[in-house]
Amino acid sequence: MSRLDEAFADGPAFVPYLALGDPDLESSLEYVKALERGGADVIELGLAFSEPIAEGPTIQSAVVRSLEGGMTPTKFLDAVEDLDVDVPLVCMTYYNLIYQFGEEAGPRPFVERAAEVGLSGFVVPDLPAEESGPLREACDEFGLDLIFIVAPTTRGERLERLMDQTSGYVYVQARLGVTGAKADVSDQTGESLDRLSEWDVPKAVGFGISSGEQAREVVAAGADGVIVGSALVDIVAEGTSAASRTQSGDVAEGHENGDSTEEVAARLEEKARELKEGALAGAQARTRPERT
Amino acid sequence: MSSNTNENPSKFGDYGGQYVPEALMPAIEELDDAFRRYVLENEGGFVDEFRERIRDFGGRPTPLQYAEQLSARYDTDVYLKREDLLHGGAHKLNNALGQVLLAKYMGKERIVAETGAGQHGTATAMAAAHLDMPCVVYMGRRDINRQRPNVFRMRLNGAEVEPVTAGRGTLKEAISEAMRDWATTVENTHYVIGSVVGPHPFPTMVREFQSVISEEARRQMREQAGGLPDSVVACAGGGSNTMGAFAEFVSDEDVSLFAVEAGGSSLEVDEETGVAPNSASLSTGTEGVLHGARTRLLQDGDGQIVESHSISSGLDYAGVGPELAHLVDEGRVTPVTVDDDAALAGFHRLSQEEGIIPALETAHAVAWLEDATSDQLGDSVVVCVSGRGDKDLESVIEETEKRDIENAPDMDVFSASGAGGSE
Ligand SMILES: Cc1ncc(COP(=O)(O)O)c(C=O)c1O
Repeated sequence: MSRLDEAFADGPAFVPYLALGDPDLESSLEYVKALERGGADVIELGLAFSEPIAEGPTIQSAVVRSLEGGMTPTKFLDAVEDLDVDVPLVCMTYYNLIYQFGEEAGPRPFVERAAEVGLSGFVVPDLPAEESGPLREACDEFGLDLIFIVAPTTRGERLERLMDQTSGYVYVQARLGVTGAKADVSDQTGESLDRLSEWDVPKAVGFGISSGEQAREVVAAGADGVIVGSALVDIVAEGTSAASRTQSGDVAEGHENGDSTEEVAARLEEKARELKEGALAGAQARTRPERT
Repeated sequence: MSSNTNENPSKFGDYGGQYVPEALMPAIEELDDAFRRYVLENEGGFVDEFRERIRDFGGRPTPLQYAEQLSARYDTDVYLKREDLLHGGAHKLNNALGQVLLAKYMGKERIVAETGAGQHGTATAMAAAHLDMPCVVYMGRRDINRQRPNVFRMRLNGAEVEPVTAGRGTLKEAISEAMRDWATTVENTHYVIGSVVGPHPFPTMVREFQSVISEEARRQMREQAGGLPDSVVACAGGGSNTMGAFAEFVSDEDVSLFAVEAGGSSLEVDEETGVAPNSASLSTGTEGVLHGARTRLLQDGDGQIVESHSISSGLDYAGVGPELAHLVDEGRVTPVTVDDDAALAGFHRLSQEEGIIPALETAHAVAWLEDATSDQLGDSVVVCVSGRGDKDLESVIEETEKRDIENAPDMDVFSASGAGGSE
């Protein structure tokens, strides 16, 4: 059983996302720890790429902040190595960064280093099953999971191909489009979960979840976990802009005069708790019998 | 449609492929299927309808004009393939009309597109109006400022123009944003990509629609000059007029093919700002994955895409079509560069020598004749005049004033006596 399988083994998993290095490396490491305290079971760490085509405005801005703060794949991996958390960590990034890393062309050097620093898997939004062979191979070699996204438009043979390839968990994209917090749960979620019901792999729903109530609904509808990104990144962004208001833009120096890193971390922890509790409540509220 | 019809590879050597979010994959498969059936096999008479519309609405065939002054200047027979005379003023209509018509055959209800110079946006807006489809065009902020006439033309044709402010506000950012729109609306929308870039089947499909350029040029050369040219020259941004001009000549090994890239202000990357002050991805780029395809890119050592630069917004892109990258690797196509200053001089030269005001993109191709050796050009050369320059007049005035360009008119002086300046 991989570390990711274990994380889903007892009860619904809460899987938060943050871009590492947003708004600076130091603060974001504190934020990751706050998410763990708040009940995270797996944490997805975004490695910023200059062309994040699957992201909406919230995460695009986080990516820009991270890149402007000097984030690179090497710094990302080094930071993960030093990061003192117990939950499994997944790297979410775009294929070109994985492909370019190291001397030899191809994904192997990145995966090798990812294994060394203790990452558990990857989510790569611009890498469909068709193009994933080399990364899948490297992940198998070094014992990492490769998580695929199933979209509302994924059906039939495509679905089977994806389910054959995914490991750790499957990322169920709750609605069409790009990432971004939404106030409601999409109807597409239930339909997607129904299509996946016969597959024996943890199903984590993401794209648009922003509240404990939504987390409850999604888990009640059959999800094994919830993935939450933009709603958390929003908290980071607000703290960052409060800091820059009082510090004339110098946000990389900690946020002494605005919202301190501790204040933002406390808010993230509280939000994490709300989402985790929502997920737990959803599991209890499942009125339908367990899907088989 | 072209002679190499039944070929629809998803890869060109190692280049190409489909690197897109899963949500788009079913749409891309659907498109691939539609492309095969309608375009390659003429199901439902698609190709006949396309040919009729590109003739009557578009104004094809475009002339292949013998350029007397340039021929004398370069001591070789210079023929101009006049895509600037196509409706809309650029080669872009070939592809836009083809794709919008295909979208119609597929039962799609809405069109999105991105645009750099605005020519593709304009062509798509025209095709969408012609075929009665709603259309949204994403365009970088910076490009909106440099290409105002085209912004107005798109809106005249009823398209919505969505400004994109990310990054430097150029074509790269507009493509990312159009892909995001498409990922949201994929069930009823077709994304009309503007060049031979993006995931399979776009590079092949766009080349197929554009190959009408070389199909005609080849025939016209036979009729007018009695044989094939020794060389073909076309500018390369994404590479659609390039692939269009080359496609039917690729198997004619004796015809040399030159892709002219924007050398911008320098071929060196500015490490400090992370900007490549050029968009010469064939000449200076490295292999990587961007916007759905593996191809040659302007990127840093980590794989972050660097911002490109060209005086011409239609060439200002960090990537290039995968097939073109492959033909360069194979040695079949030779990439060359022309910098901003030389392109401006080329713009003025074609205007003065031949009475044709070219697009700044095209001006790069024309300008390269000045650098080319007679060995490279041979006894006859076809230059693809990819578009006309009306859209660029504001930029050309501004950029010319900043420089000392010998053959440019002095805008402050109207005649030797100064007459006509009085009120
Ligand atoms: C007139 C003209 N020529 C060339 C180009 C470059 O595109 P491509 O390389 O795809 O032909 C453009 C792009 O906007 C254009 O408007």
